[in-house]
Amino acid sequence: MSDHGVEKTITEAEFRRRSRRSFLTGVAGVAAGYGSWRWIQNQATDNRIPGVLRDVHELNGDIWQALYDPDRMAPTFDPSEARPLRVNGRHGVREEIDLDAWEMMVIGRNGDTIGTHTMADIQELPFVEMTVEHKCVEGWSEIVTWGGTPFAGFAAWYPDEAEAPIVGMDTPNEEYYVSLDRDSMLHPQTLLAWELNGEPLTQLHGAPLRLVTPLKYGIKQIKRIGRIIFSDERTPDYWHERGYDWYSGL
Amino acid sequence: MTVTEEPLATGDVEPGRVAREKHPRAIRWMHWINFPVLTIMIWSGLRIYWSFDVSRVPSIRFGEETLFPEGFYDVLQLDRKLARGMAFHFSFGWIFLINGLLYVAYLAASREWKHVVPGRQAFKDAWGTLLHDLRIRKEVPVHGKYNALQQIAYTGVTVLGFLAVATGFAIYKPTQLAWLTTMFGGYTSARLIHFVVTMSFLAFFVVHIIQVVRAGFGNFWSMITGYELDPATVAVTSNEDREVHDV
Repeated sequence: MSDHGVEKTITEAEFRRRSRRSFLTGVAGVAAGYGSWRWIQNQATDNRIPGVLRDVHELNGDIWQALYDPDRMAPTFDPSEARPLRVNGRHGVREEIDLDAWEMMVIGRNGDTIGTHTMADIQELPFVEMTVEHKCVEGWSEIVTWGGTPFAGFAAWYPDEAEAPIVGMDTPNEEYYVSLDRDSMLHPQTLLAWELNGEPLTQLHGAPLRLVTPLKYGIKQIKRIGRIIFSDERTPDYWHERGYDWYSGL
Repeated sequence: MTVTEEPLATGDVEPGRVAREKHPRAIRWMHWINFPVLTIMIWSGLRIYWSFDVSRVPSIRFGEETLFPEGFYDVLQLDRKLARGMAFHFSFGWIFLINGLLYVAYLAASREWKHVVPGRQAFKDAWGTLLHDLRIRKEVPVHGKYNALQQIAYTGVTVLGFLAVATGFAIYKPTQLAWLTTMFGGYTSARLIHFVVTMSFLAFFVVHIIQVVRAGFGNFWSMITGYELDPATVAVTSNEDREVHDV
């Protein structure tokens, strides 16, 4: 119907002509749609997903990184709402280690080891607790209380290195590794944590020191950090290599 | 073409039947783009849902209650495809969003919304229309282009689209868009609403298909051509009109 209230009518002959044309347009549309679908499916994969979908992941990452505002906080909850956290991933933490012998290495932008830290060093930094929703990429979430220190405070020990756009981390056995953007790492709610719900971390939850941040899914919140790597380029990321979004920002 | 009626010999009155415009071109395009895109969204969404498919009523945590049996995922190949599900979902979501925005903008600009958005009368007529649709009552309440239930359904499904996008962003960026997530009662609540919205789309789809089948081929075809042949009338088209439609 037209917008001025007069009904548009056409003759039957015109209607037949239109029908044919629309039918052909429809067929072409279906063919184009199916072709696009095949085109996506037949793409060379980029880290296990079709290249074009990886490109959109990267584009999405760029968009959300551009919109990123360090003043926006994840909602916090009353500590009484905290619940026990399930152990979901054991990569890198399957074997027990001697916690007293643990040391964390810091790798600089030039690839050299520029620092080694014990838990005593880390615990000199101010202790904070936050009760936030821990979210898994699978879709479940759990309210938990983390205790630790903001990574930003630790990074301040390495002011030149902390300019690097990427912070990589891996477990002492290098089985698990993550790569995060600098903005997310320096957010006040991104912690190097050693307590969960008021107790020291268990080994399966990442003792002695792990990363926690409500800005990312659990896949980025590496347990049992062995090395922190400041880098100008992206460092390897375990789940990125297995088809997931590198940015994975919440 | 066979002319069945007696030709009329007067001025601009032509013999034959006429077809009336039902659906503007823009709406037809957006309708047919939406169909595969929403299908891909639901399909990829279920691949995401698979990896945590416990009905998330707050008191039930990691329970055994799942809505779909294993075979459902198996047959539709929805299992173990979380990463791919997310990749498709967060790509095609943009198309769904843009198409939806264009649709709403078009409705508003073209004043087509007047046909679609139910007024107070539509809610009064809803029951009578339902009885008619269920073939309990013969006559349908007087209506314009769309009857009361059509208006409610088509506007309702647009609201569903809006909710799907809003809850989608709420669970996509629960920290950066925390205000939005909070608006939907938090992360788990937003996820639940997102799921219920999806199921509502499917319910709409089932009823929509039934009604389209019942309305007959001419009605269905008009969503492709834009026009529906009116068998009862004789054409009264001026040349001026024809110029417009020949474009």
